[in-house]
Amino acid sequence: MKPGTRLKSTVCTTEVMVIRAGQGTIECGGKPMAEAAQPEGEPDAAHAGGTLIGKRYIDAAETFELLCVKPGKGSLAVDGVPMSTKDAKPLPASD
Amino acid sequence: MNIGVILEMAGEAAPQRVGLVCQGRRWTYGELLAAARGAAQMIRESGAEHVALLDESSAASVIALFGAAIAGVPYVPLNYRLADADLAGLLERIAPALIVGDVARAARLHSHAGNTMLSREAFVEQAIAAQWDGTSDAGEGVAVQLFTSGTTGTPKAAILRHGNLASYVFGALEFGSAPDDAAGLVTVPPYHIAGIMALLSSTYSLRRIVLLPAFTPESWLDLLEKERVTTAFVVPTMLARIVQTLGDAHRADLSSLRDISYGGGKMPLELIVRALDLFPGASFTNAYGLTETSSTIALLGPDDHRAARSSADPAVRARLGSVGRPLPGIELEIRDDDGNRLGANEAGEIYVRGAQVSGEYKERSALTADGWFPTRDAGYLDSEGYLFLAGRADDVIVRGGENISPGEIEDVLVSHPAVADACAVGIPSLEWGEAVAVAVVVAERQDHPDPDELCTLVRDRLRSSRMPEQVIFCEELPYNEMGKLLRREVKKLFAG
Repeated sequence: MKPGTRLKSTVCTTEVMVIRAGQGTIECGGKPMAEAAQPEGEPDAAHAGGTLIGKRYIDAAETFELLCVKPGKGSLAVDGVPMSTKDAKPLPASD
Repeated sequence: MNIGVILEMAGEAAPQRVGLVCQGRRWTYGELLAAARGAAQMIRESGAEHVALLDESSAASVIALFGAAIAGVPYVPLNYRLADADLAGLLERIAPALIVGDVARAARLHSHAGNTMLSREAFVEQAIAAQWDGTSDAGEGVAVQLFTSGTTGTPKAAILRHGNLASYVFGALEFGSAPDDAAGLVTVPPYHIAGIMALLSSTYSLRRIVLLPAFTPESWLDLLEKERVTTAFVVPTMLARIVQTLGDAHRADLSSLRDISYGGGKMPLELIVRALDLFPGASFTNAYGLTETSSTIALLGPDDHRAARSSADPAVRARLGSVGRPLPGIELEIRDDDGNRLGANEAGEIYVRGAQVSGEYKERSALTADGWFPTRDAGYLDSEGYLFLAGRADDVIVRGGENISPGEIEDVLVSHPAVADACAVGIPSLEWGEAVAVAVVVAERQDHPDPDELCTLVRDRLRSSRMPEQVIFCEELPYNEMGKLLRREVKKLFAG
């Protein structure tokens, strides 16, 4: 999947932009995300932690990195394994 | 990675928050996003291959930047200070274009049936009224095209792809990290890379942009006070004039100012030391970057400034004259003329690599086969990885096979009480290939120093090979509007 691809959740309002992607299925709320989707139903209870706008999400191996551009109730996973937020060390304002 | 998403996110997260203040008008992120989307629609329907701005900064420059991105058409802000003939050449190279700003001048200089011309006001009005069709470009192409200043020959068209700019913004910044009261004073011209990055970074951080289209130290200080500005970026010449104006007892409440960043040219050590004293409550950051690297690639942060200012160790104190360390996403090496990597404290050419580095011109890519960009800037890294600049690689004076950095000679000359400014260049020499020549500006209320005295000073502080063979005095040195010393112009002074 190309960097810059926008993916939507099929179960909530979450939308992400792919920064980096490897092999595997990106999911939100327990369901695969898609480039075009109208959300229906509810996130799986096991994947309902929610997403936060502007947060970057990575898998354990950091082969996947997603930027949340719209928040929602579902949480992100790759092949069922939850992703975690990447905490950037902020740089001093320079521009 | 369309950079339009930056404004989309701001509009999504904080639609009611004020994102831009310009000429007394306040724009929320929601309003800016709606206008940029409308502009995208206009741009697509115009059939333009470039969106050009021929104007100072205004709401139109913000809307044009993001609107062009959403439409997937390169944004080309032009230097309105260029002479007519030069500007006409650039307009010809970007036709058919949608041109925003000084349409009378653009039409006079170059006509093309495919061009669409809109004044600043008309562009903004139509953008607000236009209906966006809901689609955004994928962002795989060129986001911004900037013509280099072209001190030799035709200006090059430097290309920055969405991926380059987005890599910096997403990699170096945290979305929405600015506090509610944060406001950044932006006074860099819109056609400069620092002016573009200021808009992208401020929007991504949700830091209100306060635009000052035409810089004067008085208007800068007044706007700072009025808008309770917290962050500002200045080039050295601006800081020098601000410091001078404050010295002239111009009264302004500067208590809101928390962060001052600077870059764009060599900052004289005395000036930054004075500024540190004048703004004791502010944190200072020095940023180093180039157009071709999406701006900032190295930073000297507030902690570095404080450590350098208070340290007894000369090596640490010297870092106040450095540009700090490379960003986490940047690889940086110093190489010799044969491309061999040099060690600490060895001067050579600065090479960089990273996702934000474009190194690409419309005509060709300047990257090496393995993705390194030769910056043509000279410099060295100290033992802890702090980068010191030593001018442009092309400015190095080669005397009898020895490489001499003009900066080291200039630093010695300006330490003389009667010298306000100095520039060292290489001039042809039968004996040495090149010899050192210096142009010196005498400080106010000082007598002309004896040229022999200046030569002796350089010889004693450095060594005899650095000693100038010619010394001339001039009223002032030629700088461009960003404070860059035009060495080629200085060279001409010795031509006869």
